[in-house]
Formats: sequence, structure tokens, C-alpha cells
Amino acid sequence: MNPQLLVDCIDVNTHFGALHVLKNVSLTIRPGETVGLVGESGSGKTTLGRAILGIGPVSSGRILFNGTDIAGCPPGARAGEAAAIQAVFQDPYSSLNPSMTIEDILIEPVIARGLASRVDATAQVRKLLKQVALPTDAAQRYPREFSGGQRQRVAIARALALSPRLIVCDEPVSALDLSTQARVLDLFIEIQERTGVAYLFVSHDLSVVRHISHRVAVMRSGEIVEFGECDQVTARPAHDYTRRLLLAAPVADPIRQAERRAAFQALEKGN
Amino acid sequence: MTDFSNEPTSRSPKQGRFAFARAVLANPLGLVACVMLVAVLCVAAFAPFIAPYAPGDLQIFKMNAPPGDGYLLGGDGAGRDILTRLIYGSRNTLAGAAVAVGVAGLIGVVTGLIAGYFGGNRDVVLSWVSDGLMALPALIVLLAFYQALGASIYLSMIVFGIMLSPSFFRLTRNLVNGVKHELYIDAARVSGLSDLRIIVRHVLRVIRAPLVIQTSIVAGIAIVIQAGLEFLGLGDPATPTWGGMLQNAFANMYTAPMAILWPGLAISVTVASFVLLANAIRDRLQQGDRVTAGTTPKPKPAPSSSHPRGDSPDDDVLLDVRDLVVGYPGKGGWTEVVRGVSLTLRRGEVLGLVGESGSGKTQTAFAILGLLSEGGRVLSGSILFDGQDLAHFSEKEMRPLRGKRIAYVPQEPMSNLDPVFRIGYQLVEPMVAVLGISRTEAKARALELLARVGLPDPKRTFSAYPHEISGGMAQRVLIAGAVSCKPDLLIADEPTTALDVTVQAEVLELMRNLQAEFGMSMILVTHNFGVVADSCERVAVMKDGAVVEMQEVTKLFAEPAHPYTKMLLGSVLNDTTVRSYVAPRNPEVTA
Repeated sequence: MNPQLLVDCIDVNTHFGALHVLKNVSLTIRPGETVGLVGESGSGKTTLGRAILGIGPVSSGRILFNGTDIAGCPPGARAGEAAAIQAVFQDPYSSLNPSMTIEDILIEPVIARGLASRVDATAQVRKLLKQVALPTDAAQRYPREFSGGQRQRVAIARALALSPRLIVCDEPVSALDLSTQARVLDLFIEIQERTGVAYLFVSHDLSVVRHISHRVAVMRSGEIVEFGECDQVTARPAHDYTRRLLLAAPVADPIRQAERRAAFQALEKGN
Repeated sequence: MTDFSNEPTSRSPKQGRFAFARAVLANPLGLVACVMLVAVLCVAAFAPFIAPYAPGDLQIFKMNAPPGDGYLLGGDGAGRDILTRLIYGSRNTLAGAAVAVGVAGLIGVVTGLIAGYFGGNRDVVLSWVSDGLMALPALIVLLAFYQALGASIYLSMIVFGIMLSPSFFRLTRNLVNGVKHELYIDAARVSGLSDLRIIVRHVLRVIRAPLVIQTSIVAGIAIVIQAGLEFLGLGDPATPTWGGMLQNAFANMYTAPMAILWPGLAISVTVASFVLLANAIRDRLQQGDRVTAGTTPKPKPAPSSSHPRGDSPDDDVLLDVRDLVVGYPGKGGWTEVVRGVSLTLRRGEVLGLVGESGSGKTQTAFAILGLLSEGGRVLSGSILFDGQDLAHFSEKEMRPLRGKRIAYVPQEPMSNLDPVFRIGYQLVEPMVAVLGISRTEAKARALELLARVGLPDPKRTFSAYPHEISGGMAQRVLIAGAVSCKPDLLIADEPTTALDVTVQAEVLELMRNLQAEFGMSMILVTHNFGVVADSCERVAVMKDGAVVEMQEVTKLFAEPAHPYTKMLLGSVLNDTTVRSYVAPRNPEVTA
């Protein structure tokens, strides 16, 4: 066991009936680090995130969090810092209960863990809203009164309520507009630099992952095909599949995109 | 720190916790129903203070007496005051209904929550029991229980509540199934909430409104059935109830015909109030933030077709959109979603329409296709397509153009294929209808097209159902369908947004090749600047329903002129320097 590691997934396997969704997945996350997890739909990246959160099944293998195995342990049964692992999901419209006020949403994790009284928890709401740059009068309003980017800020504030050491982010910016996406990503980075929280950042978008990650893992059909330093994986990939992903993503520059397209087609023909 | 004020705030009608109840009361029907129900409840609660006599008091000489002489509504068959019996009857009738509704709701909602939330075996067993109960004829069961248990209306109502519980069970179970996969349930589980607390705090809270409606309706039904049972003589004759009064009045109908009116009226008004209240709540729920019917603003007078015909002598221009304004009826008149868009598209050119959500790019495309959603219309401006102004074409006039000369590729390939029909049928039918060719010819053509769009086994795809193919294949099928009639203009609305990035590259390549091969003009609606750089020759950048900048593609990326374009291009995440990892030493504790 490496004391430097916050999360150490060792040979994690997951089966959904006959489907083998995660195949001997091993992945590590250091404290305060962002590990990007890239893959196409059906690659198993979300399944791995849910396994770490304790809301998805694990058939075999270990998930060490600070040295304790939390694989297959539901969130409610976790103790200590493992209980504080939080999530930010993709769809900011369905990840906030429409019938609860922002305040009720933000104090829920604290109340659920029995960490503070309702009054004390409510006192924290203002601070949480400030951290994600939302106005304090947001507390008494309902999710429907906010735009997608603002809702995602509420979801981030909820994830911060327990002062977690790890947040699993499942495509947290892919439903957002371009300019909003950039601002929310900057917020993620800013919070990490301030609090030292680690992220497992699941995304299909290599450019998003490159922007926020320290290290990047690439998944295909339930396997991690490449895992390494962000710059190496996203700029000089060693694996063919990563190269294919990289070249397939169109770059916002007509001249460079023409080159990239030619390279992608050459790669496709080579296969 | 990021700036909050830059993000658009969605409309915020400051809604408090009681806004919903207020909205229901604002509806005249809801108000009347509530007032009636409150009145009946008050009468029931304060019966001893209101009633002129005790319910059992009888004056033998006032049997079937007409109204007056101390008996305001007359006397019944036993010489008791009808008004008094009516007042006390409301007590017993409402209590009976409350027992039935309470039992039905408690059993139905609890079992429905269990079946819906946990699923699996519990769901199977509970659904079987519920189906079994529904199969039993309620009235016969009640009659049987009356024989076995005797004349207690409360016992009957408990049995009736059990018989009614499947209606609550089914409703609750289906509602829970609808919400249990929402991400906020996952978020609550991650927070460590127990299943019980998730059910109470999240599930029940979201589904409570339909349950309230159901309760109101079932309360009405319970009163009617209860009165029916008593009318059949199944009640306790000593207890005054509306149904019992009805029976008594019915027996004396020839001597005192008026007596039957009062209990009948009480039952009708109360039941109607329950049903109206349910309707008022349902109306409010369905209405949401939409405009209420009847307030649709009158369309602006049709704008004079001010498009000077001689203005575009350029034969090369296929599509010329001028000052297009598209509106939807809103609360205070028309809400304009496209505000004066002008575009030109040359033959064989690919135009990118790029913008963020709500910029009006899709609405512009749909206006050209003549496919605006319910209520939307072109308020002014013109859409000149090959010399014809489509802006005010009727649906009938659009039909020969759409699919044949103007084709469309949608964003969600799967939802645009009918799951019931084989893919071949969905390709052949439009060709037969639009091109007027024979079925065999159309089939040969469809197979050719499926091969052309890069499907490895055209015959197999031809005879497959949509669920048997992937999203990327489905989009290829739709592209095949779109180009099957050799259109002059292809409008693609975010055609690759739902696809994986490698599939996206292949589909863009396919569209580019087909466009060159057929010499089509193409409008590519997208939010992705990479796609624009890949496929477009010219680009129109849209913001808030207007085009802020229109440029050749190389120029737009090299020297964007408008600050909004600059901001958008600045948000693109290409070429960011990667972050270097520094282990946190002494992280400040959050919150």
C-alpha cells in the first residue's frame, strides 16, 4: 500500500449479468490531484465512477481509499473521510430535486451524516454559495429559477458541504454552453487549489480533460488502455485508440483541422 | 473567481412555498370547491352547535311533515327533523369517506413506494396482489362482508379502502418508477441518506401533487359508494347518514317527495367539490409556466412582402433570408426568438450556424424548413428559396419542397426513426411518395444509398429495426434518407452532437463527401467550433436571436471581429497548457 495515494483501485471488475463492464481496472488518485477518465459511450467510465462512489456494483477487486477497502460498501455504511466522497453529475437539471429549495439541497449531506444540527448547517449555506460564486439570496429559491451553469454551481456547492477529499465528477460540463463550460471548469480548478480536494473527472471530451487533469486514463470496452501524465496522453498518446480519439476531435482552427482530419483518415486507413 | 453576473439568469418568478396553493385558489373552480368543502367540514365539526335538535329527537305527528313549523326542511318518515339529520349526517358521511380514503391511501402509497423504489421481487408480488384486488368486484365483496361483520359502516369503509388501495398503489408505483432514476436520487445516496429518508425526502416530495389529486377523487368516490351501500340498507339505521336519509326518503317518496332532494343535494355538492378541486390542482400542474389558453396574442398583420425581386439577380444564391423575425406567443404578446436574421447561401456552399443555447440558431433553421413548433410563426421578413418566399408558405405549399428540395438531418437519430417499422420501409416509403418511383426501384435505390453512406451490410440494415442498430448507424440511415431525393439544400441540426467523437469524425466526413458529390448547399447548425472549422465554408455567429458576425471560415478564426465571437473562441479549450501536480501541503478546510 502506497501512503501517497488517496485512491487505489486494484483489479476492479464489474459484471451486469453476462456483460463484463469493468475488466481488471486499476487506477490511482493522489491527494489534491485531478485524474481525467476519458472514453466513448459504453466504455465503462461512468461505471467506475459509480463503483468508487458506492452506488454501483463491484464484482471483484479492491478500491482502497486512504488504505481502507471501500469496494461494494454503500455510501451510508462508510465512515470517516470515505463517507465524505461526493459527486457532481452531468445533468444539472435532474441532479437537483425540483421540489427542494437550494438551502435544503445544500444542507442535506450534513444532516444525512448527522454532523451538525439543522441550524448550524443552515449557517454554512451562505459560505458554500460564496465558494461557488452564487448570490446568497439563492438559498430560498428553487432549482428551476437558475440556468444550467448556475445549477451546476449549486451541485458543486452540495459536493463541497462535507469538505470531501475526493469528488467524482461525471461529465459535469458536457451539458453546458461553451462559455459557461470554461467558467465552471475554472471554478473546479480554483476550488481544488484552495482546498486540496482530488477529482476523478469523467468526460468524453479530451480537450476538457486536458484542461483540468494532472493525469489521464483512457478507457475502452471496460479496460484502461492508457494511463499517464496529462500532457503525454493528450498530446503524444502511446496507444492507437487514444491517438484515434485525439485525431477524431475537431480542433477549432480550419487549417490545423484540415491537417488533423488528414491524419485521422490516414490512421483509419492504416487500421 | 469567476463572475456570476455573466451567466444568464433564467426567468425567476419568486415563488414561495405556498405559491401553488394560491394558484389553485386563484382558479374560480378551485376557489368554489375549497369554499364548499370547508363549509361542509365546518358543519360536520360543529354539528351539535348548529343543529336545532338532537339527531334522534322525533315528533310522531311530524312524520313526513312539509317544511315549516320548527322543521325547516320538513320531517322524515320517522318524524325527525331533516335539517338536523342532514347536519349530523355530514359528520358520519365524511368520517366514513375519510376512513376509506385513509386506508386506501396508506396501504396503496406505502406498498407503491416499496414496489416502485426497490423493484425486483417485491414489485412482482405487490403488483400481483394489487391486480388480484382489482379483479374482485368491490360491491359484492362489501355485501359479503356486511353479511359476515354486521351493520357497521366504518367496517365496510375499511374493507372498501382496502379494495380502493390498488388505485393508489398503481399511481404511486408508476410515479416512483419515473423519478427513481433521476440523478438527485443518486446524489442523495452519495450523501449517505438511508433508503427510507430518500423515499420520504425526495421521492414522496416530488410525487405528492398527483397523490393529492387522487385522494380528492377517491374521497368523492368513497362518499358515493358509501351512500349507495346505506341506500341498499347496509348502514346502521340509528346513525344519521346522507345515504340512510336517502333510503328513508325514498321509502316515503309518494307522501313527501321533497325529502329526497336534501340528502341528494348534499351528496352531489360535496362529491362535485372534491372532483372540481382535483381538476383545479391538475390544471395548475399541467399549466406550469405556459400561457393560459385564450391569452394568445393576435398575430401581427402579415408583413408586406417587401422583398424587392430584382434585388438578388445573383443566380448563384440559393437561399436568401432577410430580416427574419420568428416569435412565439408569450404572456404579454409575442416573444421573439429570432430577431431580424439575414443570411445568404450560395449553391453548393456549406454555411455554419453557430451559437450557444437560446441563440435562435435552431429556430432559424426550423423557420426555413417550415417546422416551427406549436404557436411559433414568422412575424416578418422573407425566406427566398430559389426565388420563392417560404416565409408565409402554408403547410400544403411547403410539402412538395420539404424532403425533396430541402432535406433535414436531426440531432437525435434514434428518436427520428420509428421503432415500429423496419429501416428499409422508412427509406422506401418517402421515396415512393416524393419521387413517384416504383417500390422495387425505391428499394434498389435505398440499398445503394445505404452502401453509399458507409453501412457495411446494407441488406441487413435494410431489414433491421431501429433498435438493432447503433446511434452512428442510425444517423447514417437518416443521412441516406435525407439525400435520397437529391435535395438542393440540406439542413443539419447538430447532426453529430449525440455521437461519439470517432463516429462524429466519420459522419462529418460522410456529409462532406455527399455534399460535394451532390453539389448540395448545406446549413450546419452547431455549437461546436471544431465542427465549424472542419466542415463549413462560411459561418454565421448567432446571439440572442441575431447574427452578430458572418465571415468566411478562415477569416472568422483568424480575426474574429465581434467581441462575442472573440469571447466564444476564447472559451474553446484548445492548446491549454497542462496543469502540473503539486501535492497539497496544508489544505484549507472547506466550508
